[in-house]
Amino acid sequence: MFQFIFRRLSLVIPTFLGITLLTFTLIRLIPGDPIEVMAGERGVSAERHALLSAQLGFDKPLYVQYFRYVGGVLQGDLGNSLITKEPVMKEFLTLFPATVELTICAAIFAILIGLPAGIFAAVKRGTILDHSVMTFSLTGYSMPIFWWALLLMLVFSVTLGWTPVSGRIDVVYWIDDVTGFMLIDTLLSDEAGSFTSAVSHLILPSIVLGTIPMAVIARMTRSSMLEVLSEDYIRTARAKGIAPWRVIIIHALRNALIPVITVIGLQVGILLSGAILTETVFAWPGIGKWLIESIGRRDYPVVQGGILIVACIIIIVNLLVDITYGIVNPRIRHSR
Amino acid sequence: MTISTDTSTSANSLTAPAPMTPMQEFWHYFSSNKGAVAGLVVIALICFMAIFADIVAPHSPSDQYRDALLLPPAWLEGGNWSFVLGTDDVGRDILSRLIHGSRLSISVGIVAVTASLIVGILLGLIAGYFKGVIDTIIMRFVDIMLAMPSLLLAIAIVAILGPSIVNAALAISIVSLPHYVRLTRAATMAEMSRDYVTSSRVIGAGPLRLMFICILPNCLAPLIVQATLGFSSAILDMAALGFLGLGAQPPTPEWGSMLADALQFVQRAWWVVTFPGLMILITVLAFNLMGDGLRDALDPKLKQ
Repeated sequence: MFQFIFRRLSLVIPTFLGITLLTFTLIRLIPGDPIEVMAGERGVSAERHALLSAQLGFDKPLYVQYFRYVGGVLQGDLGNSLITKEPVMKEFLTLFPATVELTICAAIFAILIGLPAGIFAAVKRGTILDHSVMTFSLTGYSMPIFWWALLLMLVFSVTLGWTPVSGRIDVVYWIDDVTGFMLIDTLLSDEAGSFTSAVSHLILPSIVLGTIPMAVIARMTRSSMLEVLSEDYIRTARAKGIAPWRVIIIHALRNALIPVITVIGLQVGILLSGAILTETVFAWPGIGKWLIESIGRRDYPVVQGGILIVACIIIIVNLLVDITYGIVNPRIRHSR
Repeated sequence: MTISTDTSTSANSLTAPAPMTPMQEFWHYFSSNKGAVAGLVVIALICFMAIFADIVAPHSPSDQYRDALLLPPAWLEGGNWSFVLGTDDVGRDILSRLIHGSRLSISVGIVAVTASLIVGILLGLIAGYFKGVIDTIIMRFVDIMLAMPSLLLAIAIVAILGPSIVNAALAISIVSLPHYVRLTRAATMAEMSRDYVTSSRVIGAGPLRLMFICILPNCLAPLIVQATLGFSSAILDMAALGFLGLGAQPPTPEWGSMLADALQFVQRAWWVVTFPGLMILITVLAFNLMGDGLRDALDPKLKQ
């Protein structure tokens, strides 16, 4: 087991180095001199240029610059934002909980709907129920989620007035930032109605962000269930006279879930990149909106740092999924 | 003489019906999938629209009718049949803009898929054929790209190169590269151990001939499927970039950027928001349906 984890861990290091190399190169691909870009319209004098260049290490050879960069990254130093002058890491940490909260709610939505839909479709294979689940999931899979967000907003916020249009909470509430998770913070605070407000702000963004993962989970659950349901041991269980629901839930689902869990883990990338679009539409103050705004402001250290962190999160989650998969399924663990 | 003719006729009457050519067999399986055929029809319609946009569209996509701002679709009260799907905030005909937008989406799809297909096949063939160090380097590179969500990587590339259609198309072709490399490499490795490859090698075929003439044609099936699905993600990513203001710039009639322009009119004019998105959804859905159908028809192993 340890050997498996170790082998899997050792594969992560080159990927991590590759990503740092990528973000390091990206920032140097910007046309023009980095210091002039930082200085913006005003420009800098020759002496100040030389000073800044020495300060930021741009006068060193490229490989030295790269090692410095990686060294900084490993210590959590991602540079400072050009606009706010705050460390990128600090800005990231204040905004990250909002994205995590949204992503978790979206994932819960996707699993709660996608999993049962996939199971039903497999059990009722070939019926109208199966066909409609598959049609819906293919539509969800093809959905431009930024449009889906606008459409839901149009119906539920503008026309029906059931949910708020944007943000995390009504402006009338002032919630102390304890954990950064609005749902927990509002529960901790004694302001009446703030929790309901936070929940109502979360509903539409979670549905929008969860739509594509939901479709993927439903499709995967269906095909995995179909495979398991055709196994001999299911026929045996049925022949023994076990109740049909018990065969499906206890006997089939447990084995069918293994590939589904992997697929759920792989949705983290889709969720995080979908968060960029969802947060932009709903004005959700998370890292997606932060990244897009930084691109607009040409705040390159933030763009560089943000992309690096998101990529690292995805690598770590994929690693955890792989290891869990190895624990659940010994065949993976022992294969080379 | 007579006996021999007799045997030949009796032999003829006994033979099975002529086997289907690969093309007929493909069509037989493909056409049995109704969704796939529907997807094909929709794609054909959209391509027709894109090619003949100038003739099909009732108005020019950039003409501004100042007396018809934010006009609702024709079937609603206040609508006008010369603007079937209504007009936007500066009085441009939405239908005409959608029709011209299909031209952009389809051509970006073609460019992005072709570019990543060519480079992906090359890298995949090299990795699969030579193995060893080259393979490790290429596949590490592919793994790094796969660790990033495609939209994020595309955003990063466009952020650096500057927002424009060309850069967006370039970014989309780069991010879809890993899938083609992986598929080609896997297929190449599977084919390499086949007898026909060994015999060509024994006859004296060089690496180029082996790679492109012997192996490549036998790896095409999964690549065709991936290319079709690649079309749908290229169109979706292009629209997302356009929506974020990183793709086509206004006043170009691109579906995603049309949506971004319409954001401020969500409350007043639902049609400005609804139709461009519907167009994206229909197009992407059509490509996904056809991709699924192609996979079923080309890959007998997946047939249930």
